Amino acid sequence: MDGAVSIAKCDVTFTVNDELRTVHVFPMARLLDVLRNELGLSGAKEGCGEGECGSCAVLMDGVLVNSCLVPVLQASDASIATIEGLAKDGQLHPVQQAFLACGGAQCGICTPGMILATVELLERIPAPTPDEICEGLSGNLCRCTGYMQIFKAVADAAQRIAPR
Amino acid sequence: MRSDPADYALVAPRNLQDAVALLSREPGAWLPIAGGTDVMVLYGAGKLAARKLVSIRHLRELRNIEEFPEQIIVGAGCTYTDLRRHATITHEFPMLASAASWTGGIANQNRGTLGGNIANASPAADSLPALLAYDAEMLLISVRGERRIAYGNFHLGYKKTAMAGDELIRAISLPRKFSGYFSFARKVGARKAQAIAKVSIAGLGRMTNGAIDDVRIALGSVAPIPLRLKKLEAALIGRNPQFLAPGDLGSLVTAEIQPIADIRSTEEYRATVAANLVAEFLRRLGEGADSA
Repeated sequence: MDGAVSIAKCDVTFTVNDELRTVHVFPMARLLDVLRNELGLSGAKEGCGEGECGSCAVLMDGVLVNSCLVPVLQASDASIATIEGLAKDGQLHPVQQAFLACGGAQCGICTPGMILATVELLERIPAPTPDEICEGLSGNLCRCTGYMQIFKAVADAAQRIAPR
Repeated sequence: MRSDPADYALVAPRNLQDAVALLSREPGAWLPIAGGTDVMVLYGAGKLAARKLVSIRHLRELRNIEEFPEQIIVGAGCTYTDLRRHATITHEFPMLASAASWTGGIANQNRGTLGGNIANASPAADSLPALLAYDAEMLLISVRGERRIAYGNFHLGYKKTAMAGDELIRAISLPRKFSGYFSFARKVGARKAQAIAKVSIAGLGRMTNGAIDDVRIALGSVAPIPLRLKKLEAALIGRNPQFLAPGDLGSLVTAEIQPIADIRSTEEYRATVAANLVAEFLRRLGEGADSA
């Protein structure tokens, strides 16, 4: 088998927003493209395509990842959460409610990544300090808001989640 | 521009043994990919030369941190997040934990691995000066067995390493002998988050009776490989950290480095900042001598 490699599409199965899905794709296809083009989940956006901007961020097994840097084969058997799965039973997630209430979005390209980064941050640190908020979102770039409303939204989301 | 996934093979061996067996069948042909934070950037830009990739991210054998009395052995597949959260690393090897916290944002820290940072061999990589200062050793595995080499001998030139085409980094060993040392790690970049270093330093020192009895000074982004300033270190042993006049110290630092000008900085800026960082480390080492 030296030299030539046959590159064939393969079946990759994973859970997306609690639903088991199987896609027939090239193993090096980017998770971002598979989500958008094969599964019609266009919430994750392509900003830079090199892991700098975070607009393609999703949760993979509960952990924030940039889906532009994940070959889909590495998502085999993983549990993926995208922005589309965050609202439950027609009810926005508290982080989404906070972003709405605080004006934490303008053009919206960075927003899904910002919200998922916030969800992950608040899982790890339920009451983050301003510095912890900045660090938690440091991999997510926004070219509209100047970040202040976003940071406020994160603090507000922590408040909304806290009483539970 | 963009790569076509139809042009690239990617396989996921069941275990470490199968992974090294694959590498040995065609040495140098298969590029390991762990978290993809370097490989997928090249791939996304249409600049990835390797067409055959082997995923090692799922190999549990590479994800352990084992603690022994004399050393800790960090699996090459441990992520920056793993390093930041590990109590022994944060307490005994704080410069490695700091470097992990400087590397990219949270999403990249969740995926990028220590072994990948080393294998990618960028002189600007955040974790490498710390590994040099801490006398790390590399555990390299292949079907021929495992060998151990000093990390200081691992980088041979720009993006050239001592690793053979059939080898994989299995783990990094850190000797547990620095807990009483003063450590100083800094990264100078264009901004606090998500920036690649213009210059970085990992300094480690111990004082006895007002004199330095052991010191390690490692710099990033000032040469084709991460660099220890061994001549300066030798000159400092037995001395007060402040014994050199600032100009003389600067000359000794610049004599050992080969900074270049690139998109991130200039040769002159890097040389000046490198000398300033070393001076700051020595000043703090002197001040901290009583408490250390």
